[in-house]
Amino acid sequence: MAYVAHDESDYVPPAEVEEVELYHPKTFIGKYIWSQDAKVIAIQYSITAIAVGLVALVLSGIMRLQLGYPNTFSFITPGTYLQFVTMHGMIMVIYLLTALFLGGFGNYLIPLMVGARDMVFPYVNMVSYWVYLFAVLLLMASFFVPGGPTGSGWTLYPPQAILEGTPGASWGIILMLVSLAFFIVGFTMGGLNYVVTVLQARTRGMTMMRLPLTVWGIFMATILALLAFPALFVSCIMMTLDSLLGTSFFMPAIVSMGQQLDYGGGSPILFQHLFWFFGHPEVYIVALPAFGMVSDLISVHARKNIFGYRMMVWAILAIGALSLVVWAHHMYVSGMNPYFGFFFAITTLVIAIPTAIKVYNWVLTLWRGNIHLTVPMLFAIGFVFTFINGGLTGLFLGNVTVDLPLSDTMFVVAHFHMVMAVAPIMVVFGAIYHWYPKITGRMLNDTLGKFHFWATFLGSYAIYYPMHYLGFLGVPRRYYAMGNTDFLPESAHSLNAGITIVALIVGAIQVVFLYNLVWSYFKGKPSGGNPWGATTLEWQTPDTPPKHGNFGPTLPVVYRWAYDYSVPGVDEDFIPQNQPPGEKTRGLEET
Amino acid sequence: MTIALVVAAAIVAIIVGWLLRQTLNTKPWIEQQHPIENVRAESAWSLPPVKVGLGVFLAVATSLFALFISAYFMRRMGADWNTLADPMVLWWNTALLCLGSIYFQRARTAAQRGQIDGVKVGLLAGGAFTFAFLAGQLWAWQQLNASGFYLATNPASDFFYLLTALHGLHLLGGLWVWGRTTAKVWRGFEVADVRLSVELCTVYWHFLLVVWLILFGLLLST
Ligand code: HEM
Ligand SMILES: [Cu+2]
Repeated sequence: MAYVAHDESDYVPPAEVEEVELYHPKTFIGKYIWSQDAKVIAIQYSITAIAVGLVALVLSGIMRLQLGYPNTFSFITPGTYLQFVTMHGMIMVIYLLTALFLGGFGNYLIPLMVGARDMVFPYVNMVSYWVYLFAVLLLMASFFVPGGPTGSGWTLYPPQAILEGTPGASWGIILMLVSLAFFIVGFTMGGLNYVVTVLQARTRGMTMMRLPLTVWGIFMATILALLAFPALFVSCIMMTLDSLLGTSFFMPAIVSMGQQLDYGGGSPILFQHLFWFFGHPEVYIVALPAFGMVSDLISVHARKNIFGYRMMVWAILAIGALSLVVWAHHMYVSGMNPYFGFFFAITTLVIAIPTAIKVYNWVLTLWRGNIHLTVPMLFAIGFVFTFINGGLTGLFLGNVTVDLPLSDTMFVVAHFHMVMAVAPIMVVFGAIYHWYPKITGRMLNDTLGKFHFWATFLGSYAIYYPMHYLGFLGVPRRYYAMGNTDFLPESAHSLNAGITIVALIVGAIQVVFLYNLVWSYFKGKPSGGNPWGATTLEWQTPDTPPKHGNFGPTLPVVYRWAYDYSVPGVDEDFIPQNQPPGEKTRGLEET
Repeated sequence: MTIALVVAAAIVAIIVGWLLRQTLNTKPWIEQQHPIENVRAESAWSLPPVKVGLGVFLAVATSLFALFISAYFMRRMGADWNTLADPMVLWWNTALLCLGSIYFQRARTAAQRGQIDGVKVGLLAGGAFTFAFLAGQLWAWQQLNASGFYLATNPASDFFYLLTALHGLHLLGGLWVWGRTTAKVWRGFEVADVRLSVELCTVYWHFLLVVWLILFGLLLST
């Protein structure tokens, strides 16, 4: 691209920010292991997260085997079932999705998209990954300690979490709590980087309102996480003390296995408040980056500017702020003051407004767009569908009277899998198909990708739609087996078996995706620097994959927002953010 | 939990307020709203990143302490809460920490004026008073222990140990940075090289002083 000055307004003053001095390692180890390059750290985060995610996927398969075919598998006992439920839930939510969205995509995309050479504190960023890895190893170690991992459910409610009788009450729970504490410390290091990089390291011309929505989503999610994770930290510390030293922060006076324990006076409800003060924002920590990325995917692949950019940003802020004041909707059944419940029901329903705005805006962006049904686009549309589904059942559950009978049934499991498992995972897949060419320089195979999409999308619906119905029938969650229960018709059991078969197939099909990742890395079609014709800065780097330092000798200067697609009167159907204004009319002048 | 709620709301309000003062109400799709040179000035602060980093970290620490304090209030409603006789030495400790903060402030002023001697004195005295404070806190633990309040004796003493330990750990973290800065000063670095570190330490110390005053008031009042 030629840099020709057109008129005075194009004049670019010399940079005010000094060039960052990057640490340039010489050895292989310095480059790929103890790396301070955010892009390498991002890959490390992603691979680790996906690896534990696979463990969690296998666990869910085992759980489904038990639910579909009770009395068949002798290696699944009630205890191990609970352990698998717990580990599956915690790994998926924290160690996979949070780490992948913020540590993985955050690290890769933030510096590139804001036009920085790297994160502002590269060393801290590196330590962040290693602390995360340590947390993962601690968690995995709990499979091998006496008593195995904890079976308390991912919500870790005391008193049961640390009482004998719950699997893993001696070692497992401690490892879980300590691992979470380390995760939080590691995340805080990374989080400081993401926030400060967005605030302070944007290149010239990149105002906050010119940031791609991906960055907005990750930015707000990080702020939420920085404020909410301390609540989990506090509860981990206090529960560890309760368990190891016999304090009574959460533990009431209690008789366990016929014995009066030394505890007394503690408040399990206090734990629930602390846990959900973290737990609800956690949903948005996962959802907001997904919102952001999906906005960009839709805009790029529909060749249209995002509808209502400003509204999208405001909605992200509103959702972020509101999500800190809705936590007690997870505690409707805890016997709280009805007025309290009323307050939280209202805030919960209010949060639906900005969320709905976002959904409308996605749909309106698609409306009469030049939709390219590429694999990323398919996943993006899959996300919108799934999110609407999960959001609607969320409106049910947000009302106290509806929630009471449905709480702790399969209906809840179906709801939250739709909204915070399937939907974000759709975005993860879409984003990987979208950015893989930038990361490796090669395209992922399209046919395999389409197959992967349809199998995953249809499969997820086959798994989770029937689960709503099972919940209405009254099938409880976290139950090892239903036995002979009168209220369940025979068909419910066959339905369960059917769900299991589909779940196993969908799980197995993910192998196709992994195969595609590896195969395309060596054999994929070379992609060039900007295969999708996207405007954002990461696609304008001189090298693909970008080298350490991202942008070659000079940093890009930004002249426009990130959504100049199909601008009338311009030859190309997109204008990169760093293209000076005069050049946009080049097409016209030449003809 | 109301406290945590209020604090979180305040932090979010600050963030949103700041963002609104930014360019949140501009229309980015209209081309050429600003020539580039104005854009920089209004888009990012001209602060060094570490300063902003410290600010963000303080927000996280505020959230952490606010949550502990919320937990304290909720747990205090339990019937088994015994009022503690707080050790007298806490008053002395408070004075020591105040002095520490004052000397850090002096180091900062000296650094701004470029007086290396003032920086040296301020840093040394500030660090010394902080160590004295920590020693005093250990002594307070000793006294509590002697009067029969161990960890896990009563929720009041549990919280006492927990909160003071947490605060102490934050100070230790600060002392680590203080140690590196002081070593630099002694190895003959210019004032300009340490000005920023001195300033960051000072802000951090003031923050921890305020946290301590709040915690102390809380411990006294119950
Ligand atoms: C093929 C994909 C998946 C299948 C088949 C699956 C299946 C299951 C099953 C059977 C349960 C236990 C229900 C019960 O007995 O209470 C469960 C729980 C759970 N799952 Fe998944 N899941 C999948 C993916 C995910 C993902 C991607 C997430 C990420 C958010 C997730 C989050 C959870 C959580 C938080 C729980 C609750 C754990 C608990 O009750 O403590 N799942 N899942
Ligand atoms: Cu919630």
